[in-house]
This record gives sequence, C-alpha cells and structure tokens, in this order.
Amino acid sequence: MKQEVIIAGFGGQGVIKAGVLLATAAMVEKKHCTHFPSYGAEMRGGTANCSVIVSTSEIASPIVTNPDTVIAMNEPSFDKFQPKVKKGGLLIYNSSLISKKPNRNDIEILAVPANEIAEGLGTPKSANMVVIGAYVAKARPVTLKNIKSSLPKVFPGKEKFLAVNKNALDKGTELV
Amino acid sequence: MNKRKRLSPKSSKPKRSMLKTKYKTGERMLMKGNEALAEGAVRAGCRFFAGYPITPQNEIPEYLSWRLFEVGGTFIQAESEISAINMLFGASAVGARVMTSSSGCGISLKQEGISYMTAAELPCFYASVVRGGPGLGNISPAQSDYFQSTRGGAQGDYRVICLAPNSVQEMGNFPKLAYDLADKYRNPAMVLADGLLGQMMEPMGFTFDFIDVDKLPPKDYILTGCKNRKRRIINTLRMDSDRLEKFNWKLYEKYKRIKENEVRYEERYTDDADIIIVAYGTAARVSIDTLVRGREEGIKIGLIRPITLWPFPRKIINELASRVENFLVVEMSIGQLIEDVQLAVEGKAKIHFHGRPGGNVPTGEEVLKAVKQALK
Repeated sequence: MKQEVIIAGFGGQGVIKAGVLLATAAMVEKKHCTHFPSYGAEMRGGTANCSVIVSTSEIASPIVTNPDTVIAMNEPSFDKFQPKVKKGGLLIYNSSLISKKPNRNDIEILAVPANEIAEGLGTPKSANMVVIGAYVAKARPVTLKNIKSSLPKVFPGKEKFLAVNKNALDKGTELV
Repeated sequence: MNKRKRLSPKSSKPKRSMLKTKYKTGERMLMKGNEALAEGAVRAGCRFFAGYPITPQNEIPEYLSWRLFEVGGTFIQAESEISAINMLFGASAVGARVMTSSSGCGISLKQEGISYMTAAELPCFYASVVRGGPGLGNISPAQSDYFQSTRGGAQGDYRVICLAPNSVQEMGNFPKLAYDLADKYRNPAMVLADGLLGQMMEPMGFTFDFIDVDKLPPKDYILTGCKNRKRRIINTLRMDSDRLEKFNWKLYEKYKRIKENEVRYEERYTDDADIIIVAYGTAARVSIDTLVRGREEGIKIGLIRPITLWPFPRKIINELASRVENFLVVEMSIGQLIEDVQLAVEGKAKIHFHGRPGGNVPTGEEVLKAVKQALK
C-alpha cells in the first residue's frame, strides 16, 4: 500500500498542519510516512503546500510529482495541482472558495464545501479538518480513529479545540 | 510544537529539572530533519551555538534559539558567519561542546575558522544543509558541496570528518557521533545534509540517552585558568618550519588513524550484484528505490552508501571492483563523489554517472533507466 497526497491552499488554511496530522496517524499505525512542505521563498498570501506519503514499505523520496490524491483548498492550488493528479486518482476541492469546475474526466472528484461546513460548526478554521475527514473516509490511508487520537500530539496545549476538530472530521466523513 | 519556555540568557543557570531530556530514548515521533539534528546536538551535549541565517537550514538556529536556554546553554546569532565560527573557536578552547550550522555559501566563509580549529586541534561540530550552487544558487536540495566538505577549502593540510545522513533518524543520531569523534581526535567533524533531509518530516526516535555534560571525559588541553597547574597555550602560528613540519606529520598520523578506524558505510545486496550504485544522502534514498525496482525485474543491483564521506570507504569499493564490472555513481551534482569512487576503483571496473544538479532530485525510475543504460 502506498498513498501519495498533496495538500495545497493559502497560508493560514492549515494545509501543512493537516499533512502533519495525516503523517502522525500513519506513524501511530507503524506505517512508513514522510511529510515534505514547500519551503523558502514563499509569498505572503501565496500558496502553501505539502506532500505526504503513507506506505507499508520504505519510502525513497518524499517529493511527490504525480499524487494519488490532491486536496485543493483555494483556486490557485486547484489550477496548479489538478493536472498533476494521477490517472484514476482523486481530487478533493474546497467548493466554498473554488467556483471553477474540474475539467478532468479520468479521475474521481469530490467537492467539499469545507468553509461553509466549518462555519456551520462555529469554527471557520477547522475547514482543513473537514477535508481530511473526507479524504480519510474516501482513500483510507489511515483510520479515522488514529487521526482523532493523533490530534493532541499535533495540537499540544489546544485541548479546548479537540471536540471541535473531531466534529469537523466527522462532518467530512459524512460527505463520502 | 511543544510549549516553548523562554528564559533570558542572564538567568541561564539551568535548574536541575531542565537538564532532563525532552524526549524519552526510543520514543517515536514525527520530526523535521533540521529539528532532529538540533535536538540531537543538544542531547549530545551541545551548549554553545553561534550562527547566521540561511535557507534551507533556518530551523536549526530557530530551534536552538529557545532550546539551548532550557539546558543552560548559549545561543548567539552572530553578525556574520566569520564571527560565528571564531566564537566557536573560543568556546571550544574553554571546553564546551560547540556547534554551528549553515548552507554552502555560509560554510565557505566559515572554512577559514575551521582551518584554524584544525590547527589548534580544537573539536567542533557543524552541519551543512546543502542548497543549489554555485554562487547564491537556489534553496533547493543539492549535493554540490561534496568537494567543499571533503576537500576543505581553507588553507593548509587539514581534514574534517564528514558524516552523511540519509534519513531524519540519522539527522538526529549523527550529532552525537560527530561530537564523540571530534573530541576523540580533537578535530572538527561535520554532518553533510541537504535541503530535502533538512525540510522533510519522518518518524524517528533518539537511540541514545540525554548526555550529562558534567560527566563527559575531562579535556587536558582546555583553558580553565592555570592556577596550581602549568599554563596551556592554544595557538595556530608555528613560525619555525621544523616545528610546523613536526606538527603537520602529527596531523598526518592522526588522519591516518581516522582513516583506519572510522570508516562507515552501508552495504546492500552486493554479494551477487552485476552493478553497484554508489550514492550518499538523498541520492542513496532514491537509489534504494531503484535497487528494489531493479531486483523485481531481475536486475542484480547492489548499493554502497558511504556514511563517512571522509574518511571514504575506499577499501570496500576497491574489493568489490575486483569482481563487479560496473559501478554507477548517483549524485545531485555534475560529478564530485565520482572522483572518490574513481580513486577507489583504481581502473578495475567501468564507472558510470547519473547526476541531477541545480536543486532537482532524481526519481527511482530515472536511476533505473541509467542502470539499464550502463548494463547495455
């Protein structure tokens, strides 16, 4: 089993942290995993992304060029990464912020109104958790249980948001 | 990130409880390469860091800027690389386990001080997280500073012990090895990583316990105030040519001992190999993927991964060259490691080359193509 995913959005949407959560859950499951962020000369307000690989065997390079899954949280990321999804792969996009329609017909597509759902829960910042919930339910790189149990590790000292994050994850899984 | 306790440097006398380890030995966690290296250095006894920022190693000083104060250490962001390395000279002369880190452009500036430390026989540890070059280059991962690391670059007949990790696990473990070797031989030792190893996160666990710096073996050459003992002098100027020659031969003997005793490498599937890939660091990670793919197709690939780039694992490569016809050197440069392989092979086998300079990382498939081309 090997799952490659690129999570992309603008700075502040929690795309890097969402990747860390995914990798931590993989570690809990004793799987091999890598997390590689875009780094360095990034623009404020520009796009941020990270590549996560979860695998049952050793991982050579953490760089992902043609991912099994792309999670696009904003329009520039959608434009940049939609063409890169592997044939037969999965595209999850944040339909709250992306008005364009996907133009690929050789991949599976899942529209998630992540911001609306997160706002409905009273915590707009949990949009990243909504898409992670949807991704985990769809592609099953790790179990939802391990995602939830990894939350305190990834967000230490933020126990008050634990319930909200779990809620957002559940809302995401319900979409699949 | 764990909650950061900030202490002012003035109140830096550590509380006993703070000297305790942050992470349990063996505890698995997801860590970034640069942070694993920084925490590994603190665990191994680093109590003095001076440096100057440069991507892609900025997480190292960023982490140490708060972490060192927790253990009663000193962190200084110097005004330049040159002053940083000379601060290390001073701190090492009084006995601390010292550290700096940079990328190629900064290491260039620090090499002057490193040469002085080899001349003063002072231990120090530094990390080079390589970016693309030459000049300002770019900030992507590269292996173009192999010559810079293994051949020196500053003046004089000197050598630096050079360790090349290929995982976050090794990024965390190698600072201890570097400090132990540096102290043992009274010579600088370095870790040569690249932007990819520095930036990536991977599960790892420290395999050694937090070291109590008070329990490290005492050093009989450091400057501690000469009351009740003979004075000690740390100096790099030896005007008399006979005296300098004598010192040079002393270094020669030391470097010979290091070459005899400290070579480290990883060997995979060399027994029945038709072709052997030689690669280190990130390129070796990629080559392991090539090895697995190749073996699935029935191509007998073996791998030698030098872990010490200096001293270079010359003997094993030379022995293998007697029975293996083809070698493929894979590196993220236009060919630097290949020269050490050529020296080791001594013309006994064919040496092929696959390089990706400029900040690009080769893929396993791409290297497999190069293997097939070489075996044609």
